[in-house]
Amino acid sequence: MRYFANAPADEKAMLETIGAKSIDELFASIPKEIRFNGKMNLDPALSEMELVQFFNELANKNTYTNMTSFLGGGMYHHFVPSHVDQLVLRSEIYTAYTPYQAEIAQGTLQTIFEFQSMITMLTGMDVANASLYDGATACSEAVLMADRVQKKRSKVIISGLINPQFREVCDTYMSHLDLQVVTIPQDSSGRTDLAATVEAIDDNTSCVLIQSPNFLGSIEDVAAFAGVTHKKGAMLIVSMTEPINMGLVKSPGELGADIVCGEGQSFGIPASYGGPGLGFFATRDKFVRQMPGRLVGKTKDVNGKDGFVLALATREQHIRREKATSNICTNQGLFMTMATIYLETVGKVGIKKVAELNLQKAAYLRQKITSIKGVEIPYQSPYFNEFVIRVRKPAASVLAELEKKDIVGGLDLGRFSDDWKNDILVCATELTSKADIDRFVTELEVLA
Amino acid sequence: MYPDDLRYSEDHEWVRLEGDVATIGITHHAQEALGEIVFVGDLAESGDEVEKGDSVGSIESVKAVSDVFSPLTGEIVEGNENLDDSPELINSDPYGDGWILKVKLSDKSELEELMDSAAYQEFLKEND
Repeated sequence: MRYFANAPADEKAMLETIGAKSIDELFASIPKEIRFNGKMNLDPALSEMELVQFFNELANKNTYTNMTSFLGGGMYHHFVPSHVDQLVLRSEIYTAYTPYQAEIAQGTLQTIFEFQSMITMLTGMDVANASLYDGATACSEAVLMADRVQKKRSKVIISGLINPQFREVCDTYMSHLDLQVVTIPQDSSGRTDLAATVEAIDDNTSCVLIQSPNFLGSIEDVAAFAGVTHKKGAMLIVSMTEPINMGLVKSPGELGADIVCGEGQSFGIPASYGGPGLGFFATRDKFVRQMPGRLVGKTKDVNGKDGFVLALATREQHIRREKATSNICTNQGLFMTMATIYLETVGKVGIKKVAELNLQKAAYLRQKITSIKGVEIPYQSPYFNEFVIRVRKPAASVLAELEKKDIVGGLDLGRFSDDWKNDILVCATELTSKADIDRFVTELEVLA
Repeated sequence: MYPDDLRYSEDHEWVRLEGDVATIGITHHAQEALGEIVFVGDLAESGDEVEKGDSVGSIESVKAVSDVFSPLTGEIVEGNENLDDSPELINSDPYGDGWILKVKLSDKSELEELMDSAAYQEFLKEND
């Protein structure tokens, strides 16, 4: 869709058609006393050339891109195939807003349907929505959904190892509800304490929320949590920040989850400055009427031809109002499209290969680190592409020294708990080279 | 369209009394206004105490949702389980197989507050 600005002659013709003498006349109903009559406090306009120079100078302040990074913990560096940018930059895709008369936008609906389908395949669930804003809000919506399904229950059990930012958002969403929230501590293996969970679950428990792989990088025993959760009639929610893991690890759906949600940034979306993200959300057929977000369905029109529609709209706020499943009435269209292109580019075979590369790089990193005296690997649980290393001084100081060598060593876990003051979360993806890892290990050895 | 032996509420529900148990449903006018009904949800359960005016369930068509309000105070004794698989019964047989809930009345005098068939049809004309 091309854009042409209106020339003065076009404006004149339009004004004549509607019978107005000037554009100002259209604002006649606004009383003169409340009109702003001064000059806007803006700098003078820049030419395109000056603007480009301005932003280039700003961008050059970003030295991170020149550094070797082992940073994960919620957003991840992955290779984005050129397909994604090339296709998504088409103006009819790039500038499209959420459709209000959705059935006319068959292309948009088809893209959403493809996204939904792939999310169900990856997560092992029955139905997925058109996407939510990010993993944190998706996680929060999951807790609220479980609360709606389990009308007579009011206790929520949350693992202490879900991403702390997700937890903060969940707390905000739950703050207006009368819920009893119990946080489960970690065990010595770096996973959520199952025994403590069993202790805490009762007949008043609406849901149990865990993240896998969790914030420390460990893969939780989802099947075990599903077992103890269902025994008491509660729902299991599995959230995740690194969905690439599903290319290799058994899907939460296969293991008994009732809701699977998470952050889809790893699917072809740059980490940027920590956002925006992409929330994905999937559940079982029997809960679909309580699922938030837009839902696209495939059906046949009056002539028997295939077509796409927005389904179960009665869940949404423009119809259900205060009883709606959520106040969201859109989706994360652009990023969802990029994720769809990414997933369709790598395909069923490629996503497995990407996942394998991640695990192999992380395994090599871990193997090299075990040989460093003074650096410990505290948790012996299964991991995917990130895990915790423990140094002998505060993580923050070690990371500061590494930065001088143009290495972002990982995430300072001391920021989130005093118990983790000397812990760093390190991540390796398919983008991490053997040389990167070897250099990192050499520098760590010096600092340990 | 509006059987003489029933009583009607301003929320377009009908009541059939048998002993002290009242069967409740929605009227022809209501099912026609809603269009094709695709789901009946949140139905109050047996044993639930309801007051006149309480929401006891919701009826969904493709593009609209409507609450069902109890026109009487009492205790729910039964819900029509056939509506789970065949919500369209409300459209095809609103006063028969499309019944929604049975309530054991606690105050029979509340029936006086409801309209008879003639009054309801008058009410529909006035509010059209």
